[in-house]
Amino acid sequence: MGARVITVTSGKGGVGKTTVTANICVALAAMGKKVVAIDADIGLRNLDVILGLENRIVYDIVDVVEGRCKLRQAMIKHKAYSELYLIPAAQTRDKTAVSPSDMLDITAKLREEYDFILIDSPAGIERGFRNAVAPSDEVLIVANPEVSSVRDADRIIGLLEAEEKGPGKLIVNRVKMDMIRRGEMLSMDDVVDILAISLIGVVPEDDEVLTSSNRGEPAAGNSNSKAGQAFRNIARRLNGEEVPFMSLDQSEGFVQRLVRLLFGTTNSAS
Amino acid sequence: MQHLIDRLMGRNTPPSSAQIAKERLQLVLVHDRLDLAPDKLKEMEEEILDVISKYVHFDRSNVAITVEQRKRNSWLVADIPLKADE
Ligand SMILES: Nc1ncnc2c1ncn2[C@@H]1O[C@H](COP(=O)(O)OP(=O)(O)OP(=O)(O)O)[C@@H](O)[C@H]1O
Ligand SMILES: [Mg+2]
Repeated sequence: MGARVITVTSGKGGVGKTTVTANICVALAAMGKKVVAIDADIGLRNLDVILGLENRIVYDIVDVVEGRCKLRQAMIKHKAYSELYLIPAAQTRDKTAVSPSDMLDITAKLREEYDFILIDSPAGIERGFRNAVAPSDEVLIVANPEVSSVRDADRIIGLLEAEEKGPGKLIVNRVKMDMIRRGEMLSMDDVVDILAISLIGVVPEDDEVLTSSNRGEPAAGNSNSKAGQAFRNIARRLNGEEVPFMSLDQSEGFVQRLVRLLFGTTNSAS
Repeated sequence: MQHLIDRLMGRNTPPSSAQIAKERLQLVLVHDRLDLAPDKLKEMEEEILDVISKYVHFDRSNVAITVEQRKRNSWLVADIPLKADE
């Protein structure tokens, strides 16, 4: 038995790694799983605020690595989920303060007791990325449906394959169905075609993601938003359930296409 | 009018920006994945053709050499119609 270590990465910055990590952790914890979230973005700590735990940090991962505290002392227990813990990144250090073998040591100590260990990777392909993937059993690649994000995702997949960690599973985040319908955005099928890896989640662009981040309560926890539902579905798929991809929108029919082409707009809200 | 009907039926429309994005990505990823710039690939093709032309006859304007993506693997595919020796 033992935990599965899952790294969330992307290459390009700002595509939603931290958001995805926080939401999957919360969704897994709500399913009764024992979860540890590790923020591997040293110097740019963020997973703590997204999870709403920023006020409870005493020690961080660099304190663990440098022996100033025990691993358990750096694990912050979540208020709402008693089986969810966060190991925060250090805010005032850089990525070289932690090595890939430190990450292996830390996860090795946690594997026995927990079901899932999720690692939030920093952007890029340098040391921080290598730290984040070193102990991973599975990798989730987050991409937005736009050219630079997809290109960077392809690069990451290539690096993962070279390290025999690949190819990983794809999460397409910030999907706008109305734009896809108008042919103005790559669809998830396009992204899957291009990257040729399997899809584990499609998350729509959703204002609720921002408002829930404002509150430090990830959307997967309670909201009825589409994004929250999408994150819960990813957690269930990770847990081995077959969950059909939810329809984010009805496909455009003849009448809608007629209206759009004649009037340059559609009347259907998405 | 036919044009409008085609557009309404979703046919024959000019490529959408999403289609353009997909095609551009597929092209750039050929070179990213091989770590080979377009001009280097061209150079390699010319060299390959030079070698082949030492042994058999063919018309260079009929040659198609492409890098195909199958899953995540790249395949160099050469389609070279040969001429019977005159
Ligand atoms: N599905 C979504 N809908 C709307 N906004 C989103 C969605 N996903 C992410 N965002 C927003 O995008 C921004 C970047 O998200 P996030 O911080 O998770 O990205 P990241 O990949 O972790 O960034 P970095 O590379 O800097 O670590 C945030 O403001 C977040 O609220
Ligand atoms: Mg982040």
